[in-house]
Amino acid sequence: MTAHKLTTVDGDDNRQGSADHIQYVTVVIGSQLFGLPISQVHDVFVPEKVTQVPLAPPEVEGVLNLRGRIVTAINMRRKLHLKPNDADQGMMAVGIEYKGESYGLVIDAVGEVLNLPRNEMEANPSNLDFRWAEISGGVHRLDGRLMVVLDVDRLLSSLIEPKAA
Amino acid sequence: MDDLLREFLTETNESLDVVDVELVKFEQEPNNATILNNIFRLVHTIKGTCGFLGLPRLEAIAHAAETLMGKFRDGVPVTHEAVTLVLASIDRIKDILADLEAANGAEPDGTDRDLIDELERLSLSADNDDMADEMAAAMAEEKAAEEEVGTDIYQVLERPLRPGEVSLDDLERAFQEAEVEIELPAVEEETEEDGEPVGVAAPNFSEAKTSQKEVAKPKNPSAKGKASSQGVSNQSIRVNVETLEHLMTMVSELVLTRNQLLEIVRRHEDSEFKVPLQRLSNVTGELQEGVMKTRMQPIGNAWQKLPRIVRDLSQELDKPIGLEMIGAETELDRQVLELIKDPLTHMIRNSADHGLEDPADRVAAGKPEKGNITLSAYHEGGHIIIEVKDDGRGLNLEKIKEKALKNGVTTEAELEKMVDHQIYKFIFAAGFSTATNVTSVSGRGVGMDVVRNNVELIGGSIDLRSTPGRGSSFIIKIPLTLAIVSTLIVEAGGDRYAIPQLSVVELVRVQSNSEHRIERLKDRPVLRLRSKLLPLVHMSELLGQTEEADLDEDNGFIVVMQVGSQSFGVVVDGVFHTEEIVVKPMSSMLRNINMFSGNTILGDGSVIMIIDPNGVASAMASHASGTLTDTAEDEYENAEDHVIDADAPISLLLFRAGSEEPKAVPLSLVTRLEEFDVNKIEHSNGRDLVQYRGSLMPLVYVNEGDRHKSEGTQPMLVFSDNGRSMGLVVDQIVDIVEDRMTIEVVSERQGVLGSAIIRERATEVIDLGYYLPLAFDDWFMRKEIDTTTKVRKLLFLDDSAFFRNMLTPVLKAAGYDVTVCSSAQSGYELMEKGTDFAAIVTDIEMPDISGYEFCESLRRDTRFRHMPIIALSAVVTPASIEKGRQAGFDDYVAKFDRPGLLAALKDVLTNEFGVAA
Repeated sequence: MTAHKLTTVDGDDNRQGSADHIQYVTVVIGSQLFGLPISQVHDVFVPEKVTQVPLAPPEVEGVLNLRGRIVTAINMRRKLHLKPNDADQGMMAVGIEYKGESYGLVIDAVGEVLNLPRNEMEANPSNLDFRWAEISGGVHRLDGRLMVVLDVDRLLSSLIEPKAA
Repeated sequence: MDDLLREFLTETNESLDVVDVELVKFEQEPNNATILNNIFRLVHTIKGTCGFLGLPRLEAIAHAAETLMGKFRDGVPVTHEAVTLVLASIDRIKDILADLEAANGAEPDGTDRDLIDELERLSLSADNDDMADEMAAAMAEEKAAEEEVGTDIYQVLERPLRPGEVSLDDLERAFQEAEVEIELPAVEEETEEDGEPVGVAAPNFSEAKTSQKEVAKPKNPSAKGKASSQGVSNQSIRVNVETLEHLMTMVSELVLTRNQLLEIVRRHEDSEFKVPLQRLSNVTGELQEGVMKTRMQPIGNAWQKLPRIVRDLSQELDKPIGLEMIGAETELDRQVLELIKDPLTHMIRNSADHGLEDPADRVAAGKPEKGNITLSAYHEGGHIIIEVKDDGRGLNLEKIKEKALKNGVTTEAELEKMVDHQIYKFIFAAGFSTATNVTSVSGRGVGMDVVRNNVELIGGSIDLRSTPGRGSSFIIKIPLTLAIVSTLIVEAGGDRYAIPQLSVVELVRVQSNSEHRIERLKDRPVLRLRSKLLPLVHMSELLGQTEEADLDEDNGFIVVMQVGSQSFGVVVDGVFHTEEIVVKPMSSMLRNINMFSGNTILGDGSVIMIIDPNGVASAMASHASGTLTDTAEDEYENAEDHVIDADAPISLLLFRAGSEEPKAVPLSLVTRLEEFDVNKIEHSNGRDLVQYRGSLMPLVYVNEGDRHKSEGTQPMLVFSDNGRSMGLVVDQIVDIVEDRMTIEVVSERQGVLGSAIIRERATEVIDLGYYLPLAFDDWFMRKEIDTTTKVRKLLFLDDSAFFRNMLTPVLKAAGYDVTVCSSAQSGYELMEKGTDFAAIVTDIEMPDISGYEFCESLRRDTRFRHMPIIALSAVVTPASIEKGRQAGFDDYVAKFDRPGLLAALKDVLTNEFGVAA
């Protein structure tokens, strides 16, 4: 399985970034840039042999074996209500640990790691699609494009907590 | 809590269990000095440790009990009363220990004067009966022991006998430090060798003489008696369960990796890895076996409490009962062991209470007065079989038949066809008890179904045999371990699934031209299998992947499964092989899919889902009810003027609560009937709670201000939905009846839907909707129900049977003619058939087609463009309401807001009127 641990970035030993900066792993979903706090990203891998889970919520792509652990893959495009990926386009996944379980967020591509000051993050614009607002922790204005900060905890808890009564 | 205390708790609890068993044995053989010494030693250790740890309450009880037992050792006759009292003290100690553990090391307040006084009284009276000088000695001894807590010479004697015990070591060291400088090790040395130790140590103590008396006596016999049995414990150590669990997980990983490697090597014929890999494979296998073994415990551990229970029962019921235990050394996984403890206890109680006859009856029947219960365990092909057998009267066939008919579980005609064995099995149905007299022990009919459920929960099965007049026996078959399961790998809809072998009875090959072909009864597939008609279901249909019509019926296999007494066939496309798999729990995101019990990684590295036979069985059952809905719908079509309440009778549970008049609730809403010991009812955060299946269940009273019983057990109705449970406290469960629920008088009172005539009596029909939010705020609120005069046709869609059962009566009570569907698909079909509905109420969260999609597609159809459609949802957020509006809903109501729903219905219907008019 092609997976590699993310280790230190720029020779900086502090994975969290300094107190007033946060390091983000940037990912692309659809055409939008998203950022995940690096402290929450376990690894990045190419999902292979994904087993579909019947009766699962639509956001769940399936389950797969990553080095002997069973990882639940979440289709981020579906979660964000974007158009599905073209079949031939390669998939990437970001591995995340949440409450002792492994999840993989299936995304289009992984970008660079950015070190961004905390105070530059802005709150969600009020007209943001509610399905996005639900899982967005805020927005960073970068040169020429916007980066939405993914709130991993909210994302996963929104999927785990039973919605239906 | 510090380590010392934790160690103490574990150890003391273990010791107490042993004391329990030994005491019962001792009562039967009062002259067995080894048993007495054993008990004495354990109690003494507890006393000493408590004193050291500063637990005065525990110490005082242990001390008083020890004194009394000291009398036995001195030759005072062992009385029944005395043993009961000592047992009571043990129980008290256990209670305190439990509190101690809960309170993180602080001893609970309270006094045990009652027990201690009683113990002392007995000790004294024993003395009076005995020689007078003995008494003086005893008093001195008592005093001595009280004053020199922690300086136990006896404890010192223990040390060379049990060096493996770390905690005692610690204590010992602490004792030594606390003591005036004595060279204890030297003393021990001598103790061991010459058996006359006290002389050396004695000068250091003030009450030398009395101590000597206390110590000298137990030493010799215990040293002798113990020498043989202590050898083993030297070689054992205590390991944290977590460590073992972790080890187990790691080994499982190793096994999976090994399997993967083997798979790779299989593809490369002449690989140089072959030989070392073979070795690795063998080592892994052995390692796995070894680790499995560490988790294995003799089943006797689960039986430990039983002799005591039987003894108490024997007294309570006034029947002499013997308990024989065979195969206590049979080993099984500790996880499984924990899970069968309670069911076993329950079964023993049952056997003692209504399995065995009263002594007089036994004698009359020509049997010995003493009844016997035999408990045996043995291995059988990867399973463990546990049998509980009594030589009592056997099950009463007629009574079971009668009760089964009364409860509406079966019909006269069905009974005719059943063999005795099948009829016996009715006792596993919920709410079933044939005991005419409800005793404090059993007979409330909330037992055997729980036993069956617990056993089935761990993938086991339960069976019974009974011979009138000769006794009955219950046979439980459970897997040795839950961690590794033997499964059958099958394919359906292009994916592979694992089915646990335990529930697979046989495989049948389907061919359209052979005798095994799939036939249909009202669209439902069935198979003629020998003398039976087997209901079938397609695996891919179960998993919601394909519609029935698309399935290829000419080829494939039928996996015949048995879950409890239910047999059915699951149609799959292919069957591969069997594989031993390591079960991994489903991710919490997927855990609510009850069709799967877990997942695992196969040898080729892919992940596979493990089918949960119980989930399949319940899906089969709900399929059947789906058929009922269909039938009902057909009727609706034929009879246009169909009015409300001409429904088939439903099962109602009658009970009393608060007042004399009977109350009723539809049985289908009740998840379970339970009884809790009132001691188990806890008060926290201003409400009463009980611990129920690992979580806290709030209790709700029918009338505000009602209280639960102050002693004995408290019956209650448990309602569960989506993992949450509520207990409705009732005074008495009266009966289960089959009747029409026609609400004659709609109620003004909260909590009551209205009054209906049930069994020719006016009965209050409870409004569950009022009580649920009392347990959980977010389970909805309710006020009054508006009754509309006009009967209007409503289509109500909800995939959850719970809500269908709950909301349908509400809508009916409000005067609507309700047609129920369990999915959007069946809703479409009904609409297509042209049934004219005044409005639609639909759930949003449904599998396959959601409420949004359903609504959107109806709006696209010109016929339904203006049809009032109301969304029902558990989630009501501005965003979801907005989404609902976009989808075309007229209104969006929270599932629990019933007044809101009724108001919305009234609203849309008047609007519609307005438009039409």
